Amino acid sequence: MKITEQEVRRVAELANLALRDDEIGRMAHDLDEILTHIDKLNELDVSHVEPMAQVLYDAGETATLREDREQPTLDNAVVMANAPLAGHGFFKVPKVIER
Amino acid sequence: MNGALKEHTIDSIRSGLLQHKFSAEELARHALAHGAEENPKTNAYLTFSAERALGGARAVDAKIARGEDPGPLAGVPVAVKDVIVTRGVRTTCGSRLLANYIPPYDATSVVRLEQAGGVILGKTNCDEFAMGSSNENSAFGPVRNPVAPDRVPGGSSGGSAAAVAQGTAVLALGSDTGGSIRQPASFCGVTGVTPTYGRVSRYGLTAFASSLDHIGPLARTVRDAARLLQVIAGRDEMDSTSAFAPVPDYVAALDGNVRGMKLGLPREYFEGSESETRTLILDAVEVLKKLGCEVREIRLPHTPYAVACYYIIATAEASSNLARYDGVRYTTRAASAATLSDMYRLTRNEGFGAECKRRIMLGTYVLSAGYYDAYYLKAQKVRTLIARDYAQAFEEVDAIVGPVSPFPAFKLGEKVDDPIQMYLSDIFTITGDLAGVPCMSVPCGSTSAGLPVGLQILTRHFDETAMFRLADAYERAT
Repeated sequence: MKITEQEVRRVAELANLALRDDEIGRMAHDLDEILTHIDKLNELDVSHVEPMAQVLYDAGETATLREDREQPTLDNAVVMANAPLAGHGFFKVPKVIER
Repeated sequence: MNGALKEHTIDSIRSGLLQHKFSAEELARHALAHGAEENPKTNAYLTFSAERALGGARAVDAKIARGEDPGPLAGVPVAVKDVIVTRGVRTTCGSRLLANYIPPYDATSVVRLEQAGGVILGKTNCDEFAMGSSNENSAFGPVRNPVAPDRVPGGSSGGSAAAVAQGTAVLALGSDTGGSIRQPASFCGVTGVTPTYGRVSRYGLTAFASSLDHIGPLARTVRDAARLLQVIAGRDEMDSTSAFAPVPDYVAALDGNVRGMKLGLPREYFEGSESETRTLILDAVEVLKKLGCEVREIRLPHTPYAVACYYIIATAEASSNLARYDGVRYTTRAASAATLSDMYRLTRNEGFGAECKRRIMLGTYVLSAGYYDAYYLKAQKVRTLIARDYAQAFEEVDAIVGPVSPFPAFKLGEKVDDPIQMYLSDIFTITGDLAGVPCMSVPCGSTSAGLPVGLQILTRHFDETAMFRLADAYERAT
């Protein structure tokens, strides 16, 4: 086994997913299969290879910078229309700090 | 204007409008009515945007009445994949979480499409957050392949490919992270293009894996796909990864002349058992030889590592990108949550489907403390090797040709319980995304069961011109 049910529970905590008990076993099984396939990468020696984070092309270092200027933002009311719970132009969430 | 939009191309609509055979509004009304009638057969559309379509069409008619140029896509009905945001038009990403999300802005590609006179008919079904190869991961039900209704249309842009194949759209926008434009295009028998990474702005494309995500066109002809790319390509200040390189005139290059073009057949793409797909691809290669192309075998030696590399990088990026769906901003929140932490955890677990959860979990795992070097960093290094494979191949050849998928459209439900088999079916499409090179699928016939097969063409970064020229020459010859 590449991954235990206990590890699945820990990763689910990190991912903010409240996996149900019946989902844990299936998830462990699926991740185990995928991680076993991923082990194939160990066949390669990559110790002298640079990592590639992004597809990059020849361009000056400042090519993507632009002038800092004032621009209108999205309308607050339009954005808030998508909020599950809003009030006075803010997103409302359950109380974070108990007084 | 009787019957389906299937008979129409960008050119035929343009001449119909300019000769006053029909107005853009009449065409849009026809397309909306026809689409609503046909949609239950495939479930390709999730939302029709009638108001927006008619408004756009009237603007085109007004321009024509004033004697102005109505734009390169004048009056053309277009379907937009539901991961691309449209202001005021529901955009679900195929997810229960966003079932009622109304975006406050338009994606750049949508803006450009409408500025060019394109008419947005509606939003198309897809795998949830573009994660899937069969469209079975949509919260709003699968899409049926218009060619074979018991089979999948491919994914994740399954609705876009099905709408174009079915004739309920002339053009469509899709997105591709690991093959999500080319694979459904091949399964449905239409043309699908994944441009060079950065060629089309990603602004307004709901992020899945940012270093791999592309927007691209689907169409019934190579020429129409090229015209649509022409409109949406180019630098956009809203996406700092969009490229500055000037956009050439793609259509002007479609002269049918591919004599002397050097093509590479990757040995790794033709290993394994005989199949009808392979036979059809090799038949297509014979056609290209007759057109004067020089064909040689090449090597892309790191192909066998691509699936492993991809499913680390893509899921790692996805786990970060999907963290924003936490019950605070995007329409859906678990009703039962009493605390902030429960609100995040329950909203996400109730909202995401099984495939999204699997990928979020894998991505979180490979990025977690102690595993980063062994998985994520290693995968980034393997990505370099895969990109080098292409760079070396393109020193020898002008284009690479091969299959899009190892097999044609499979049956609904056939692979749904076996994620690793589903992932492995992406083997020929994910390397193009990892390297960021332009690639496309062009129809190259059907199997004995009548299932379409797509020929994949890949070219150097920003050489969409050569890719289109080759695909168009092939299309003309067949």
